[in-house]
Amino acid sequence: MTEAMAEYRRDTVSSTAKPVPQPPIGMLAELTHRCPLQCPYCSNPIELTRKREELDTDTWRRVFRQAADMGVLQVHLSGGEPAARPDLEALIASCVESGLYSNLITAGVNISRARLDALADAGLDHVQLSVQGATAEVNDRIANLPGAFDKKLAFARNVTDVGLPLTLNSVIHRHNLHQIPDLVELAVELGARRLEIAHAQYYGWALENRAALMPPREQVMEALELVEAARERLKGKLVIDAVVPDYYARLPKPCMNGWGRQSLNVTPAGKVLPCHAAETIPGLEFWNVRDHGLNEIWRDNPAFNAYRGTDWMPDSCQSCDRREIDWGGCRCQALALTGDATQMDPVCELSPYHDEVQVLAIRDAGRDDDFRYRRFAAAPR
Amino acid sequence: MTTSPELQPTDTVRIPRGVRLREDKARGGWVLLAPERVFQLDPIAREVLTRVDGERTIADIVDDLAAAFDAPRERILTDVRAMLLDLMTKNVLEVV
Repeated sequence: MTEAMAEYRRDTVSSTAKPVPQPPIGMLAELTHRCPLQCPYCSNPIELTRKREELDTDTWRRVFRQAADMGVLQVHLSGGEPAARPDLEALIASCVESGLYSNLITAGVNISRARLDALADAGLDHVQLSVQGATAEVNDRIANLPGAFDKKLAFARNVTDVGLPLTLNSVIHRHNLHQIPDLVELAVELGARRLEIAHAQYYGWALENRAALMPPREQVMEALELVEAARERLKGKLVIDAVVPDYYARLPKPCMNGWGRQSLNVTPAGKVLPCHAAETIPGLEFWNVRDHGLNEIWRDNPAFNAYRGTDWMPDSCQSCDRREIDWGGCRCQALALTGDATQMDPVCELSPYHDEVQVLAIRDAGRDDDFRYRRFAAAPR
Repeated sequence: MTTSPELQPTDTVRIPRGVRLREDKARGGWVLLAPERVFQLDPIAREVLTRVDGERTIADIVDDLAAAFDAPRERILTDVRAMLLDLMTKNVLEVV
């Protein structure tokens, strides 16, 4: 038995045209950008989508059906705060109808016990709750919402009480890195089955706030060891997944396990993206579920084919043994740090920009900038 | 019969809430869907897991498999227990 995230067998027969891509496994459905929290590393774009531009219930239902038909297995209902949508119950029911595994990714501050019961009754499979820190003081300052931490704890207890499996997710940076052992304890105490220790990835809001978030190198290395030890100690009790802090790494991450390879994103307004930050890359036109079928977009949208597979890679990546391990790293990071999305990910030690990235990280880690909180109508720099 | 301290033939296991076994028509075969994870099952894993219903003991399942596949029971027990223990470590199976 193999973990499918690792590799699916490819048995496409191609004639003259490009081979047909394997269907995606997972879909991130960003139901809304509305959120009571203002985390300065939010994965949403700087220009947030307004409520009036959001897809309606029936369009989402259609998207879920199309996703299931093309082979998607899991849907992550995300945002913003997905519970800001009054039709969340209906959307979960629609996932269930299509046989999709539904995962709710929530801040957990605006879901009452009664609402949670309704979501569970609709057939929700799993809840992923974000915490911004392991104490009210840190959590509420990063989320910029007093009282948020206490509400999250109450919500987490309701989730386990209802009998739904709980994952705790925490984005890690300079202001909460020291709380990793406390986050592990919190996850155990709340009865979570899984904990995500996700070092901030610097796109969008986090890129804006990099000088306020970047942790020093030594602390990052220490944190990695702590997580490893906790994982070993809690085997069988708590699954710990880590997203690595790649500015200090030697090798790039396999971003999304390859562009247009295993997953896709649908934005609140219906645009379909290979990843959160793909819209930052100039020259790519992303198609919308209002105009095209999901499978058609996955297969034929030139933006999905732009960096799919290995043909687009620079020579040094094409001749590298790791080309189908890290898939050239991250396109958005190549763009953000070199100005060119077709470059190899500059985190790679073979990149001519590698040393610059290290210098940048060390410089930002030594600064003391204030947060620029995530808000609507914040004009881009 | 050798027994593992963690999992006895008399134990009953189940697939917990939040984990689902289903066919994967698009790619062929069966999968176990778990939080942020998809396990692709080989035909043997599928035969074992479709028999996990939260009521039958591991011994019952092994008997059933031994009969269905005309294979030595001891060998099946060893393999099945190793597989189930591995899934328990990954938090996608639990003892009732």
